[in-house]
Amino acid sequence: MAKYESVIGLEVHIELRTKTKIFCDCPADHGGDPNTRCCPVCMGMPGTLPVLNKQVVDFAARAGMMLNCEIAHFSKMDRKNYFYPDLPKAYQISQLDHPLCEHGYIDINVNGEEKRIGITRIHIEEDAGKLVHMENGSGADCNRCGVPLIEIVSEPDIRTAAQAKAYLERLRELVRWVGVSDCQMEAGSMRCDVNLSIRPVGDSNLYTRSEIKNLNSLKHICAAIDAEKARQIDETEAGRELVQETRRYDPEKDRTYTMRVKENANDYRYFPDPDLVPIILTDEDHARLRAMIPDLPEERLEKYINEYKLPESTAKTLCDEPKLANVYQAAAEQVQQPKLLANLMLADAAAAEIPAGVWAELTNLCAANKINRSAPAKLLEAYRESGKEIAVLVTELGLEQVQDTGMLNTIADEVLAANPKAVADYKAGKEAAIKALMGQVMKRTKGTANPQEATAVLKEKLAKL
Amino acid sequence: MEYAKMNIAELSALLRNREVSAKELAADALQAIAETDGNIGAYLTVAEEEAYRQAAAADEMLANGTAGALTGIPFAMKDNICTKGVRTTCASKMLENWYPVYDACVTERLKAAGAVMLGKTNMDEFAMGSSTENSALQITHNPASAAHVPGGSSGGSAAAVAADECAFAIGSDTGGSIRQPASFCGVVGMKPTYGTVSRYGLVAYASSFDQIGPLTKNVADNAAVLEAISCHDRRDSTSLPQFDTAYSSLIGKDLNGMRIGLPKEYFGEGIHPTVAKLVRDAAQQLEKAGAVLEECTLPAVSYALPAYYVLCCAEASSNLARFDGIRYGYRAQGVEDLDQLYRKTRTEGFGREVRRRILLGNYVLSAGYYDAYYKKAQQARTLLIRAFADLFGKYDMLLTPVAPTPAYKIGEKSSDPMQMALGDICTVPVNLGGLPAISVPCGTAEEDGANLPVGFQLIGPAFSEAKLYQAAYAYESANK
Repeated sequence: MAKYESVIGLEVHIELRTKTKIFCDCPADHGGDPNTRCCPVCMGMPGTLPVLNKQVVDFAARAGMMLNCEIAHFSKMDRKNYFYPDLPKAYQISQLDHPLCEHGYIDINVNGEEKRIGITRIHIEEDAGKLVHMENGSGADCNRCGVPLIEIVSEPDIRTAAQAKAYLERLRELVRWVGVSDCQMEAGSMRCDVNLSIRPVGDSNLYTRSEIKNLNSLKHICAAIDAEKARQIDETEAGRELVQETRRYDPEKDRTYTMRVKENANDYRYFPDPDLVPIILTDEDHARLRAMIPDLPEERLEKYINEYKLPESTAKTLCDEPKLANVYQAAAEQVQQPKLLANLMLADAAAAEIPAGVWAELTNLCAANKINRSAPAKLLEAYRESGKEIAVLVTELGLEQVQDTGMLNTIADEVLAANPKAVADYKAGKEAAIKALMGQVMKRTKGTANPQEATAVLKEKLAKL
Repeated sequence: MEYAKMNIAELSALLRNREVSAKELAADALQAIAETDGNIGAYLTVAEEEAYRQAAAADEMLANGTAGALTGIPFAMKDNICTKGVRTTCASKMLENWYPVYDACVTERLKAAGAVMLGKTNMDEFAMGSSTENSALQITHNPASAAHVPGGSSGGSAAAVAADECAFAIGSDTGGSIRQPASFCGVVGMKPTYGTVSRYGLVAYASSFDQIGPLTKNVADNAAVLEAISCHDRRDSTSLPQFDTAYSSLIGKDLNGMRIGLPKEYFGEGIHPTVAKLVRDAAQQLEKAGAVLEECTLPAVSYALPAYYVLCCAEASSNLARFDGIRYGYRAQGVEDLDQLYRKTRTEGFGREVRRRILLGNYVLSAGYYDAYYKKAQQARTLLIRAFADLFGKYDMLLTPVAPTPAYKIGEKSSDPMQMALGDICTVPVNLGGLPAISVPCGTAEEDGANLPVGFQLIGPAFSEAKLYQAAYAYESANK
């Protein structure tokens, strides 16, 4: 076996998480009863026309930037023609010779060995629907028709299943990190085809390859690579010539099977889609999109620990969820106390849904003692309900911290007079009794008293009693 | 039928003065159709209920002061333009019973303007043809002579206007499909600049050529209809974002100093002598009206026909692939697998000419042939666009025949697709260039014992519709 190596290239399809589909206003997310998330346009009714969703271009370009690609200034959409019942127009709108992104790479590390895997191209295209097979026949569900996809094609730089796995894991991490897809293989929002050929170790030529389609987990991809490599070696050793073909992998039997050979392959009769205009990205567009590209996840983790002085576990929790990390990062740039910000955000279960500006404002109000630490939770609840500005809500809810000593003096006097037992306890040396008195002060000020200030006033008064 | 012969301006005046209601006009027009169309065959569907509904809406607009130039005016729609709930067949067996779930942009615009749709007109199947003989559903006769074709593909629309079965009609023009039937039937037909009328809801034949436009009884009416249907539409990516729609603005202005070129390639071999004479007479009339006429040359026009057929068939092969019997339209019976379903449905559902063009289109797009055909044709298209641009540096517009001959007899050319294609030689270059062009009646030719209408064509640079109407109107008023 050792005298052969595999030459592997991967084609990965990833669904972009845009609000609407690539060519119409239908929602792009999964779910819904069959044929409830489609319209005349994505169902390809006669006379309808596609209109390119600009967000798809933005998302794809951002993915390309994250994967070190060059982004085209001129790009266009082409029609790929073939008949299938899940393809309502009988052509898929895709990109042939002017893809949006080219010449990228991903660096991987397998067992301490660094390797750079080239990315040939990334293009945008529409997804097809799916067939549903029932007892009395088959049906076509068009909900998925027109869901935006990017296809990421790697160079044949991968040699082993372990490298393929590392490449896919890093790809998934980076695309999630840049915030354009959730890349869930189980749910089908990330799919992978494997192109594989073998050659004697030391040979640099490329030989006849097979393509293994429809692999839906990392485990199956790795197993399929090993099984297909073994099959190709067996064939070669047995003196049989390999043919270019499409194969599928059967995990039960752990082997691959022929789906179709090249002579029967479709001629897709690609040509530029006359219903769509070229995609032009200006230098300004490039700059705007470039500004949205985050640091690499590992760079951010290091920054949070070393520069922001967050505990490692806090930093990791933030970086684990790309959306949360992006909100945190944007907010952190507007505050003096990134640690306080992290604590406030992690105390909220849905922190990523709140704009960075709101988090920054809450942090700065707490840091400046304008509101108490108990206030952000109340403010967030009100914000989620009303969407009003935080400053307005602070006033409306009366959450401004009371620092007025005159007022605190009056309240302290009332509290001391009303709680003789606590006063007696304190006098008797039970210092903890001051907490009960503080509680009363907070109750009477609805939680807005400055804690340090109020404690000082109480202590002063108690000392005089 | 006292109103049927009237034009839009006359009808509109009667409606505004409350001398007639939209409902009465609709009834009058429907009666005209009932009495005349048996001999013409212009309509595939008469939408009586829809017409009365729209007439009621129009009467309301007239009553509350929101009426415009087209409110209450009865019209006919070519049957490749989607009308919600009204059968839209493209004159094909494939869509014989297809009812769109949405309105085309043009349909919406005309509804909003209060125009009253009487029905849907016959055409060559999927707009492929020049005589309306390729309709899978019926034959349309030329109102000037029942033995002759009305032209095509918008033959039903042109015949309906010429036979006074509507005040105006909407057609579509991919290679001459508005202008040539207008010429054959003796009405005014405009193919506007590509991108000025939304294609949303026009069942696509060749997307980069297709353009919707009006057929009318006179020039001023034509400008008024185009003003109503032309707009930017975000649902059509090729719809232009900004342009002037004041198409009537130059009507009545004199032509002093207007430069008109006569490209000699359009007057050469194959042009019927009477057609050439009538068009040259029209040139003299325009000269009298103040225009400066000059012979010029456009050699690149020789590429037009082959380039057109390669590109439009390529686009059509893809555009018509969706008619596969799966979701709507005709589905073949007695099939055993998916492959058979596709083959049998498409073989039975499409007529000969449509199948021919789909085959041609698939051939030129096949692996290994793309560069030799499709790419080459695109290059020829670019050359032609440049040649037109050069001429429009010197001339405001060009004057040519619309078709080499007057209308021919039904059945005369239908067995010879090459002869049929050559008939498009004068109109096709305009579509390759995305240019506006108008067909204006300029007399009749006596053929086979019938007086057959002939039109001339004015071709202008993009957005020159107002000028084309200006010149066409000057000619029309000098020849009343």
